[in-house]
This record gives sequence, structure tokens and C-alpha cells, in this order.
Amino acid sequence: MRLRSTLTVSFRALRRNVLRSLLTALGIIVGVGAVIAMVSIGNGAKSVVEAQIASLGENVLLVFSGSFNQGGARSGAFGAGTLTVEDAEAIKREVTTVIGVSPEVRSSAQILANGLNWSTQILGEGADYLTIRVWPLSDGVMFSEADVRSVGKVCVIGQTIATQLFPDGSAVGQVLRIKAQPFKVVGVLAAKGLSVQGQDQDDLVIVPYTSAMRRVSKQTMLRSISVQASSPDTMTLAQNDIVALLRQRHRTAEGSDDFTVRSQVEIAQAATATADTMTGLLGAVAGVSLIVGGIGIMNIMLVSVTERTREIGIRLAVGAHGREIQLQFLTESIVLSVLGGTIGILAGIGASELVSHLKGWPTLVSPTAVVVAFFFSAAVGMIFGYYPARKASLLDPIDALRYE
Amino acid sequence: MSAVVKLEDIHRIYDSGEVKVHAVRGVSLELHKGEFMAVMGASGSGKSTLMNTLGCLDRPTSGRYLLDGVDIAGLDRNELADLRNEKLGFVFQGFNLLSRTTALENVELPMLYGRRRISHRDMQERAEHCLEIVGLAARADHFPSQLSGGQQQRVAIARALVNNPQVLLADEPTGNLDSKTAVEVMGVFQKLNEQGITIVMVTHELDIAHYCRRNLIMRDGKVVSDVQVTDRLSADDELRKLHAAEAAAKLTA
Ligand SMILES: Nc1ncnc2c1ncn2[C@@H]1O[C@H](COP(=O)(O)OP(=O)(O)OP(=O)(O)O)[C@@H](O)[C@H]1O
Ligand SMILES: [Mg+2]
Repeated sequence: MRLRSTLTVSFRALRRNVLRSLLTALGIIVGVGAVIAMVSIGNGAKSVVEAQIASLGENVLLVFSGSFNQGGARSGAFGAGTLTVEDAEAIKREVTTVIGVSPEVRSSAQILANGLNWSTQILGEGADYLTIRVWPLSDGVMFSEADVRSVGKVCVIGQTIATQLFPDGSAVGQVLRIKAQPFKVVGVLAAKGLSVQGQDQDDLVIVPYTSAMRRVSKQTMLRSISVQASSPDTMTLAQNDIVALLRQRHRTAEGSDDFTVRSQVEIAQAATATADTMTGLLGAVAGVSLIVGGIGIMNIMLVSVTERTREIGIRLAVGAHGREIQLQFLTESIVLSVLGGTIGILAGIGASELVSHLKGWPTLVSPTAVVVAFFFSAAVGMIFGYYPARKASLLDPIDALRYE
Repeated sequence: MSAVVKLEDIHRIYDSGEVKVHAVRGVSLELHKGEFMAVMGASGSGKSTLMNTLGCLDRPTSGRYLLDGVDIAGLDRNELADLRNEKLGFVFQGFNLLSRTTALENVELPMLYGRRRISHRDMQERAEHCLEIVGLAARADHFPSQLSGGQQQRVAIARALVNNPQVLLADEPTGNLDSKTAVEVMGVFQKLNEQGITIVMVTHELDIAHYCRRNLIMRDGKVVSDVQVTDRLSADDELRKLHAAEAAAKLTA
């Protein structure tokens, strides 16, 4: 029998029992839908994490106060920091592979401008900060090294501050008050949007770290130091040199460090590894449901073979070859699973859209996942349809005809 | 003229575990083109077994079966299937139609499995033609459940005819039918036989056997009688008589 007739026969059989066909395919629909939705959600999370890590800057090393012990718990909070401005200066001076250093302090404060009030985060940074972070300005300039040295009352503000406190006209050149002290706005940052955690990354004011420490929060220790290595190849070298330098300055040894140096790559790896694990886990759970769907198909196909034993007998008696019977049942199960797979893919895409719409989670439908899910569902149909089909093809025409 | 069917000392022993049933014990016979034979005998005498052997649905335990000069012992499962498809038409003891499949599609079935390529339209035309032969052209789109027993039987006959078989085998084709419908079916057979098709049919009824040309009687798996029918009935005549009788009954009533 030619392929077309086989398809005709299979489609006729499936059409004769639409409800059952749909129910049979339901396992596959749910399985594939789950795989697509889960992988989309996982991928979305990963892409955001990646974008965020990329936004850390280029060839960035972060030096934190406190150390992360093996369990991941951190000893020595940011507040009671262990890093000093001198540490930062020493790094800049002595580590040759470093091209930019920005000491950082953070605090929150109420700011005032145009008679408007706003509570925000104040970052004290060095003049290199925006270069290290590759964060462009939308207006004005970054404060200079001279401003840092002179404990200048200048600041660079985020987009949110600009729109909230200076709704009409340019913010550059205007003055805002932090803890009653006037700071002149010299630049406005380009918008960054929300972080994965949903925080507004544009809601901040950056001032020279010297000003932050003396005028805003009276802190003496640094929260962290952002360091930029000269190239991706020198990052490891820079990292090792910084560690060695700080150990010498802090008189600590490996294992008792009161600081941590992390490279952007490490942070990225850790974050994407988490996202990958999540995607993998979600995918695996969904994959299991696909197999369950396959077993469902096999079950129904076996029932169908038994139920249609007489039909098979009639077909054999009028001249069907065993192979044609096998092909017929195999086609049926493949058509079922591919149909289920296709519906499942659509359902999965729909579900991930819905999730990103309702929950605000970013989702990213992976074309690879779609292709893999499609062929996997076809394979499920083939594998789980094979046994029932084979069973049908081996029937003896007389026995099959006599079957009640 | 060489025989279409030649059986030489055919035995069939069913071996299902401990009990062995010797259903056919040494049957030899020849069938020539254009013969119309009735096989009779008590229940369990091996008629269906013999028919299944003739229909290449079953292989004899021993003995030789030549169909159109070919020894079927040398053929594999698929070659037997092709033989059934091309040379034989089988009407089963039950009707064995595909339910939920229209009469037309049922008749098309053997063509789906034919080795020759037939366009979909040709298939449909041939199926319609065969339904016409059995007088069911108007019921082509009906499902078996919408047809009477006699009509279903005629669909089964149309299906057996669709690939122009050399031999038509029918296992109790009139078994479930009332006498008038049975005579109608015999009319179809007689017409086909006149066109040159060799027919073998099983029946329990002696009067039905009288429509055939040759009667074979089996007992305990053996042929005990094989005679030509001398006073052959014509289905057309009998039907005419029946109609007349019916009309008379109505008049007198
Ligand atoms: N598949 C089988 N396995 C075992 N024994 C069988 C099988 N088929 C038939 N028989 C036995 O073979 C013998 C002949 O059976 P067969 O069906 O040929 O009889 P029959 O003449 O067609 O009877 P009926 O008129 O009732 O249809 C019976 O004794 C039956 O029990
Ligand atoms: Mg019988």
C-alpha cells in the first residue's frame, strides 16, 4: 500500500474518534506545552541575568568587604566594611594590569529639589565608575578626578531622579540638596530600567566617594571597590595581584581573608549556572510528563489494536501485508503525537506569554526547544507506537477474524 | 483445460496444546474455471477449515494445494496476501465488514492493498460498479449498521469481487438470511458464475445447494459425496415464482 493510502486509512481511523484522539494526545500536549513554557521561563530569566551581568561593565573585578566562606554565608557585613580608600589607591598604584578603580560607599538619603522631596540611594564612586560600568550619560558629563579630590559638591543622577525632581527642562546645572547640602547636577545617566528583582536601577544619585563619606554618611570604610582590568586576558592576573596586595595590607592569609575578589565572569557563571540548573530542572520535569504522555499513547494504541483485531484480520484477509498494518498503526500514533506536539508547542508559547503578561516575568521562547520538542514528540509516537503496531502486524488473519 | 484449484490429499490438524483436532483428513479435488460448487456437511465436519485453506488464509498441515498451477507451500506470508488480494475473493461466515466505514469504502478496501497503482477515482468507480452488480448502488454511503443483514452480505460480496478474482469463496453466505434474500444472493452468484467466475460456497441448506452446479458433501473431514447437480434451479425463476405466490397470497387474503 502506498504512503498516501496509509495516511488516508490512519486519518480516517483518527477522525472516527475525535474525542478519544484528543484525549490520547492530551498527555503529549501537556508534556510538550510544559517543556516549552518551562524552558521559555528559564531562558527568560537567564537572558535577564546575562544582560545584567553584561551591564556590570567590561573586564570588571569586584572587591567586597568581608569574605564568602564555603557555605556561601558572608562574614563581615558591608556596613562594617574592611576596605579602605587606601586599599583602593594601592590597587590603582601597584597593580599594573588595572586601568580603572572606583571605591564605593552606599547610603540612602532624602533629597530635595524644586521643592520636591525624594528618597533615594546615594552612591559614592570614583570618577572611573561610569567607564568601568560602561554606563553612558544621556546629558552632561561625569564628575572629574579633581571633583573627587576636592570633595566636590557635584552629582550625576539617574533617569528616575531626573524625571521626578526636574520634570521640566534639563537637570544639568540645577542644584539638589542631599542632607541639606547643595549638590550641583553635572550629568544625567542613560536609563537602565528594572533589574531582575524588579528594582528601579535608575533611582540613584552618584556623588564622589569622598563627598559621600564626608558630607553624606560619615562612613570611613568602603563597601566595595570596582576595578577594571586592561583586557579580558589580564583579568586573572589582576585578580591574583589584588588578592596578594590586599593580603599583604590586611595581614591576612588564605582562608582568613576579610575581603573577596570576584570577577565578572565568576559572577556571570554562578548566576547563569543557577539559571541553567533551573531551566534544566524544569525541562526535566516537563520531559518526564512527555514520557508519561508517550505511555498514554502506547496504552491507547494497545487498546486500539485489541479493539480492532477484527479490522486487522479483515485487512490481512483482503491482502494487506503485515508491514502495511504496522505502518498504519505507527502512522496513527505518530500523527497523534505530532498533532499533540504541535498543539503543545502552541499551548506552551501561549502559556509563557501569559506568564510574562500576568507575572511580569521575562520569558524567551527558545526555537531550539520548539524544534526539539517537535521531533521528540514524533519520536515518542514512534517509540511508543512501535510495540502496538508490531503486535498488530504479527496477527494471524484467521485468528484475528475469529476474535470476539 | 487445467484446473484453477487442485487439492492433493489435504490434511489440517489443529494442534492447540494437548488436544489435536484432525479437521480435514485427506481431501483431494479439482476445480475448473466456471465451476460453481456447494460444500455441505454437518457442523464441525471441516467445511470452514477447507474454505480457509482454499482461501490461502490457512496452510494445510500436509498435502499439496495448487492455485492456478502455483504450489502455495512455496509462498511466504506476503506472497499469500498478494494471492488473496489478486486471485481470490472471500465472503466470510460473519459479514466481517468494517463498521463505521461506508459500504463504498468497505468495497474499496482490497484495492488499497493491491500491488497495482489505481487512482482514487478509479477505485471509487470500480467499487461503485461492484455495488451495482449486487444491487446496492443506492446504498454506497451507508454504514454497515444502517444496512440489513442481506444488504451487508451483498456488500461483502461486492468487496470480494472488486479485484476481479478468479475464484470466489463464500462461507455460508446465506446462513443468516431469510429464504427470499438467500435466493436473491444466489441470483447474484449465478450471474457472476455465468460471467466465468469460479465459485465455491458452503451451505447447510439443500435447496440452496440446488442453485449450484456441483455438490460436495463432507463428513468428519472427508469428502463423502461429490456430484454434479442435475436439476439445477434458476434464482431468477424462483424469485419470479415467489413474487407470483406473494401476489396470489395477497389476492386471496
Ligand atoms: N482454530 C481452531 N483450533 C482448534 N480446533 C479448531 C479450530 N477451528 C476449527 N477447529 C475444529 O475443527 C473442526 C472443524 O471445524 P470447522 O470450522 O471447519 O467446521 P465447519 O464444518 O465449518 O462447521 P460449521 O458448519 O459449524 O461452521 C471442529 O471440530 C472444530 O472444533
Ligand atoms: Mg463453518
